[in-house]
Amino acid sequence: MNKTVKQTYSYWFLLPAALVYLVIFILPTALSFFFSLTRWNLTEWEFIGLENFVTFFQEQSLSIGFKNTLIYAVVTCALKVVIGLLLGVVLTSKIRSKSYLRSVIFFPTLISTIAVGIAFSAMMHPTEGIINSGLALIGIEGPDWLGDVRLALLSVAFVDVWKGLGFATVIYIAGILSIPEDYYEALQMDGGNGWHKFWNIIVPLCRPATHSVIILSFIGGLRSFDLIWTMTKGGPGFTTDLIASIIYKQYQGGFYGLATAGNVILFILVTLLALPLYSYMNRKEAEL
Amino acid sequence: MFKRKTESASALPRSRQRSKPTIMFCAIAMLAAVLSACSGTTESSSSSSSGSSSNQQAQVTLTLLVDNSQDAVNQANAYISAFQKLNSDIKIELETRPNGSEGDNTVKTRLATGDMADVFFYNSGSLMQALSPEKNLLDLTDEPLMDNIMDAFKPAVTYKGRIYGVPSGSTTAGGWFYNKKIYSQLNLTVPKTWNELMENSNKIKATGITPVIGTYKDSWTSQLVVLADYYNIQTQVPDFANQFTSHQATIAGTPATLRSFEKLQELHDQNFMNKDFLATTYDSGLKMLAEGKGAQYPMLSSAIPAVAQNFPDQIEDIGFFAQPGDDASANGLTIWLPGGAYIYKESEHIEEAKKFLAFIASVEGTKTVAAASSPTGPFLIQGASIPDSVPTVVKEMLPYFDSNQTAPALEYLSPVKGPSLEQITVEVGSGIKTAAEGAAAYDKDVEKQAKQLGLDGW
Repeated sequence: MNKTVKQTYSYWFLLPAALVYLVIFILPTALSFFFSLTRWNLTEWEFIGLENFVTFFQEQSLSIGFKNTLIYAVVTCALKVVIGLLLGVVLTSKIRSKSYLRSVIFFPTLISTIAVGIAFSAMMHPTEGIINSGLALIGIEGPDWLGDVRLALLSVAFVDVWKGLGFATVIYIAGILSIPEDYYEALQMDGGNGWHKFWNIIVPLCRPATHSVIILSFIGGLRSFDLIWTMTKGGPGFTTDLIASIIYKQYQGGFYGLATAGNVILFILVTLLALPLYSYMNRKEAEL
Repeated sequence: MFKRKTESASALPRSRQRSKPTIMFCAIAMLAAVLSACSGTTESSSSSSSGSSSNQQAQVTLTLLVDNSQDAVNQANAYISAFQKLNSDIKIELETRPNGSEGDNTVKTRLATGDMADVFFYNSGSLMQALSPEKNLLDLTDEPLMDNIMDAFKPAVTYKGRIYGVPSGSTTAGGWFYNKKIYSQLNLTVPKTWNELMENSNKIKATGITPVIGTYKDSWTSQLVVLADYYNIQTQVPDFANQFTSHQATIAGTPATLRSFEKLQELHDQNFMNKDFLATTYDSGLKMLAEGKGAQYPMLSSAIPAVAQNFPDQIEDIGFFAQPGDDASANGLTIWLPGGAYIYKESEHIEEAKKFLAFIASVEGTKTVAAASSPTGPFLIQGASIPDSVPTVVKEMLPYFDSNQTAPALEYLSPVKGPSLEQITVEVGSGIKTAAEGAAAYDKDVEKQAKQLGLDGW
């Protein structure tokens, strides 16, 4: 066999995978970019240019989602990083029942998000929920967690953190355990205390773990939908609408073109925010 | 990745040139295969349909799609068993879909993908018009079974002059349920004006009972005060629906329609609703009403079967009145027409489906469904009447019908209905927006929908 035949021969093996990739990923992506420029009822379409995008950015009830999505992504991401790191430190220290506690932390990750949403919206009920009943026992009148305009989004973000924390913690545990013992020994020689250990060894050497947690939870937060939908459906009014829930509502209203435009916007937004973040953190990691 | 490419770069160009067209060819071939497979199935199915309906004596199976609420399933099962008794050669299988806008999506998607049941129950009015009826539904305009249908119903299932459905149940009214026990304890009378309603509510509030039940956890329930006000709008602006459809009138710019939003805002400003109204569901609202924890509940009369089933001992304590306007002499009821039963145009069993629809649209059919579930208002079938056994609350609605003091809700007169109304009414009802802001927001929402429908003048 000459060289060219050999080369072509090996390319044949790529063909099935390439076809799958084309039909399942490239084609729908291209189609959705196209349909975002149309008025579309699943069978017929009419080209209307950028009108869908204009509608999306102009309408108050639609653009409210951008602010909420950013708040939601930043809050959940920051909390997962901070609490995840702290829990990671606790769960790698020399405490008893360590493995039991680890599984407790990881447990929420295993439950279906829908179930979590339903359970928490029952617990957050302002008059009958277990949270406010508990607060009432110690004489505090709890707020309407999901009905208060200022609180609702943060309440859902809190549940998201509760559910996603186990995953962040596991990444941190792996990161902390991979730090060689030598560093701690050196620190001991220099007479460093626990605070030094945390701040000068664990935090900098866990940076790869931190970056994974940030990227995963930030993108997850931007695309978040299921929890919001089960807990508030974007309400009261539009106060907890995220881009994803707004897209879904447009789809429900039968505005398929508009919904597709929203998806394209979400796609671009995630790319614009996540890519620079990713490359920035990659550079930082290389400096390490 | 990058490294490997550069290593073998010298040998790449020729092989690439060759493989590229091959990939293209394969992709096209595959697409063609997929497409031909699709058309092949539709051809074979249509040929088999003509065979089965004409010369086969064997049992035919129809499918019927209804929403999954307990009441809808009960009614559908009643229709099915009564119909099968009369037609032993036709078997009907029940399929269910979710309620609300998720169900709307299911129906639209199944129609678009050619996977619809032979017969399906669906809303009439603006929602039905969004189904592209001339493409998806069987035209029933010239069918003899239409003779049984009252004219009041026909506009709700008419699209571009053709009629596509028959009523699949009784009429529903939108107004206010009230607890008669509380009313009689406090010596209150049924209000004829909005001010009287507010006075009653103030007296109820003074006793510590919730005057108005709010169930905004199920956000659709927040629309009732606005939607049930249409009778009052129509008495002031008789041509509003047409002006609204052609974009000559807006909600915020018409005092009568703005008033509907103001009424909702007033309920919030006066603090009439239960404290946890944002977390209360429709079901708990009905419970509050039946148990007397709340005195009044703006709701559709379609709640009656659920109350009758869950609170049989309390159903006679519950009454109903139309949403009052500002003028006591012009008091009337806003009604929701029955949903429709439609035949899927591509159904393989058109004749059997027509038979089934004819049964639904017969007096016999109304008796069947009335036995399975309490009617929530009159039937729109010639010669059909409401049985005497219905709860008093239904009988209290009949005078409005008898004296012709009814108006259909706006969604039966205009195809324009914004999908975000329920969120906007939640905002107005919970004080996030004022009535004027809410009405303006709804006008924008409506504009979006009208543009998507491609209506003239928007």
